[in-house]
Amino acid sequence: MADGPVAELLLRRLEASDGGLDSAELAAELGMEHQAVVGAVKSLQALGEVIEAELRSTKRWELTAEGEEIAREGSHEARVFRSIPPEGLAQSELMRLPSGKVGFSKAMSNKWIRVDKSAADGPRVFRVVDSMEDEVQRRLQLVQGGQAEKLGEKERSELRKRKLLAEVTLKTYWVSKGSAFSTSISKQETELSPEMISSGSWRDRPFKPYNFLAHGVLPDSGHLHPLLKVRSQFRQIFLEMGFTEMPTDNFIESSFWNFDALFQPQQHPARDQHDTFFLRDPAEALQLPMDYVQRVKRTHSQGGYGSQGYKYTWKLDEARKNLLRTHTTSASARALYRLAQKKPFTPVKYFSIDRVFRNETLDATHLAEFHQIEGVVADHGLTLGHLMGVLREFFTKLGITQLRFKPAYNPYTEPSMEVFSYHQGLKKWVEVGNSGVFRPEMLLPMGLPENVSVIAWGLSLERPTMIKYGINNIRDLVGHKVNLQMVYDSPLCRLDAEPRPPPTQEAA
Amino acid sequence: MPTVSLKRDLLFQALGRTYTDEEFDELCFEFGLELDEITSEKEIISKEQGNVKAAGASDVVLYKIDVPANRYDLLCLEGLVRGLQVFKERIKAPVYKRVMPDGKIQKLIITEETAKIRPFAVAAVLRNIKFTKDRYDSFIELQEKLHQNICRKRALVAIGTHDLDTLSGPFTYTAKRPSDIKFKPLNKTKEYTACELMNIYKTDNHLKHYLHIIENKPLYPVIYDSNGVVLSMPPIINGDHSRITVNTRNIFIECTGTDFTKAKIVLDIIVTMFSEYCENQFTVEAAEVVFPNGKSYTFPELAYRKEMVRADLINKKVGIRETPQNLAKLLTRMYLKSEVIGDGNQIEIEIPPTRADIIHACDIVEDAAIAYGYNNIQMTLPKTYTIANQFPLNKLTELLRYDMAAAGFTEVLTFALCSQEDIADKLGLDISATKAVHISNPKTAEFQVARTTLLPGLLKTIAANRKMPLPLKLFEISDIVIKDSNTDVGAKNYRHLCAVYYNKNPGFEIIHGLLDRIMQLLDVPPGEDKGGYVIKASEGPAFFPGRCAEIFARGQSVGKLGVLHPDVITKFELTMPCSSLEINIGPFL
Repeated sequence: MADGPVAELLLRRLEASDGGLDSAELAAELGMEHQAVVGAVKSLQALGEVIEAELRSTKRWELTAEGEEIAREGSHEARVFRSIPPEGLAQSELMRLPSGKVGFSKAMSNKWIRVDKSAADGPRVFRVVDSMEDEVQRRLQLVQGGQAEKLGEKERSELRKRKLLAEVTLKTYWVSKGSAFSTSISKQETELSPEMISSGSWRDRPFKPYNFLAHGVLPDSGHLHPLLKVRSQFRQIFLEMGFTEMPTDNFIESSFWNFDALFQPQQHPARDQHDTFFLRDPAEALQLPMDYVQRVKRTHSQGGYGSQGYKYTWKLDEARKNLLRTHTTSASARALYRLAQKKPFTPVKYFSIDRVFRNETLDATHLAEFHQIEGVVADHGLTLGHLMGVLREFFTKLGITQLRFKPAYNPYTEPSMEVFSYHQGLKKWVEVGNSGVFRPEMLLPMGLPENVSVIAWGLSLERPTMIKYGINNIRDLVGHKVNLQMVYDSPLCRLDAEPRPPPTQEAA
Repeated sequence: MPTVSLKRDLLFQALGRTYTDEEFDELCFEFGLELDEITSEKEIISKEQGNVKAAGASDVVLYKIDVPANRYDLLCLEGLVRGLQVFKERIKAPVYKRVMPDGKIQKLIITEETAKIRPFAVAAVLRNIKFTKDRYDSFIELQEKLHQNICRKRALVAIGTHDLDTLSGPFTYTAKRPSDIKFKPLNKTKEYTACELMNIYKTDNHLKHYLHIIENKPLYPVIYDSNGVVLSMPPIINGDHSRITVNTRNIFIECTGTDFTKAKIVLDIIVTMFSEYCENQFTVEAAEVVFPNGKSYTFPELAYRKEMVRADLINKKVGIRETPQNLAKLLTRMYLKSEVIGDGNQIEIEIPPTRADIIHACDIVEDAAIAYGYNNIQMTLPKTYTIANQFPLNKLTELLRYDMAAAGFTEVLTFALCSQEDIADKLGLDISATKAVHISNPKTAEFQVARTTLLPGLLKTIAANRKMPLPLKLFEISDIVIKDSNTDVGAKNYRHLCAVYYNKNPGFEIIHGLLDRIMQLLDVPPGEDKGGYVIKASEGPAFFPGRCAEIFARGQSVGKLGVLHPDVITKFELTMPCSSLEINIGPFL
């Protein structure tokens, strides 16, 4: 049985036809709506190769409702002309006729009628000619008869302007036999059912083909935040490289551990109110390791350990000031201090990834808090070459292989180097991290042996993530204003895989 | 990092050759500078104020160069060129000399009144200097750069430069009541008292930033010459009388401050940079400063210091194998005149007065590495053998995150800082009950406190995502901060897990089910015995009455769950019912 009576009719006609048939013509022949034939074509198409249908669009002129009325009853001006008797008609009366207004002015401009304004009971309208040709009606009748091409372009457009004629596009199908043509099409099954399996009926049944272009239904699921997925990958990289994670679960830090222990002088601009969040409550650290504090104080104010020092009056009050840590290096300092207290010295590799805080002016790439990634290696006889070697391995795991190093200045590392990588997308060298060898003035007061060097590097978690995913505004990535759809849609984080090209011009 | 803006053509002229932009960028990179931007005055103005204002401005090409924050000797064209020329071995580093004047030495006497406000002063004279417009501009600009950087916006040191021929020494540096100081300052046409000036400058975009340094002090610092002419009222403004011009030939320089070391460095930098234009190049005329205790010192110090570093130490620290002779040559290129002495492995390095940044052997090692070229150093891997460990709290967090997502909840990342309102008022709490740490200098209300709960961040995330299809199931595992006098800093982080369910129905059973699942994951059995968990009816201002329970696990309270109070929902600009769960995961380690 065919898929509905129309489809069945269509198949029979097609079988008898010579090559193919047009859906609109078929509809006309069968005296049914074109849409019904189109429906049958589509349902047969879904069966596979039974028929072939080619979509054709043809343009045609059709009369509007008003056009049809005129083709039937004559143009307005003709109707006005006909309604005027030889003795004339009062204009006011004429205007009351259905075609009065339009017909009057047209008939006037055709010079079929005239108005006598001197008549006793108001203006009267008289015929000027005895008879006339209703061209408009004739033309419309031509179109109605399917002979629109007999009209000139100008005539057609005039009729269209009068809204009597419209050009319509008709979409029809040219239907021909497909490779699996048959007039006896059976109804297809949509899905396999348990009954079919148990009865074995699936063997004899045809199945409706799937539309593989349609989207599937996404599973209900939870999602991980993209930035924290990147964090997981960085943790993984450090663990693969044998680095141990430092505790960083203390956002509040004393100025001592955040600055002084790192040999950052007390007048350093980073310690300014404009750059750092200080605390009102608790305003001061309650305990500091006073022995060590004394050594730090001496190194700042007088020097020592081979250093000239900064030669200024170092103040304990300043060191006690609590703040929101401005870098995780404060946690590294604590870890190294703890390491120094363990004798004998054992080499370590440390890392951390956690939040840091800056009282900065906020913009598209800066927030008051961000994540810092930090790596530290402490061992005897480490060199700048070692630092670069470790950085090369680290960045290779991120999929970054083209590196170069620029001399730089950090208060607590010397030598210091900024790490640049060539960004293929941006076609320029971009800074990807900062690194250096911790100053002896930082390490020796802690009690670390003199021949131990500590190399370290740091970068932000947000910046490489933004570059990687082509995110231009950090607020689209971090904080409560992010679009959850972005979280839902974010792919796996595979740092060493080629990134998708950024959707917009520049991410840096 | 300070940025120095130099005219390109002037720079190339001084360097004795031209470069393409790329070549110059490469040279900067190698030397540790950064060619940050290539622009012009016209471009800058048009960017900041529009094309109309820029019309007629100069389109001379400017190089904006980032200079390391400790290299005060590279903050002007003169120093930068000298540094690069020595680096490229085109010139030898000049030797700076302090000379005694033919006649009487200029004297600056410090009185004891300065002790409480700005106790230190140093001075020097540049004799027979020849300025041009560009040199003069550079001289003024260097002072500005020093003020902004090493001088910490004039708080530590302030510089005054004067036309010596308009003055007559000896000079007196003293401190007086503001009402007793009266003079005609730079760029004004009449005399004002110090009190009046402080008022006038409140609206001066440049000077208003320095007023706080002396504003509330009973006495203001001031320098007079022997005729009572005011040279300057540091750190605010100089007198108009002794202003320098392009035609000035003899300059008296005074630096006052609260940091003696930095004042000396600043003076050394100015005179070493600009003695280039003196008739006797690179010589500086000494000045005598008499301190309140009667002791007198001669400035500028222009001290050359000798350091001894073993060649193998440099090789070992950098990871290279260069001969001592080569290393000495490399250091000499960095403006550190060096030679091999003693056993042939010892390098003697002369630290010039321009290199105040060299305070340790490690600074010398770095300069050797820079001259060698960072990118020429062989990369090697350290042999350090270590076994990696995760921080237990982070390890647990990572494991839980994945299973929270597997349970159908979506992770969010919210800020650790927020407003007092977020953690107190909006949750129906008094701020004092939160034990939150308070920030003293927040720029906006968003940074008043560190969060004491994760809930506000999650609710704000929902508020920003009200268009998303329901239900919304969110979680976050992150730190909150609570005051705690048992820790060294007086505050402590706690790792919290918070989850919310937001839908047309409160879904308490879903949040409750999530708790059961979390406990299953943590291997904590239900029931009060054997360290299990149980929830008990409780209340809290954030919860709908009768719809709140406290969670006990392993014998302690670890958090709460419940249906949020309609007031809380409304205050976070939400419209649907919402249930939440927040626990401290520390006890489950």
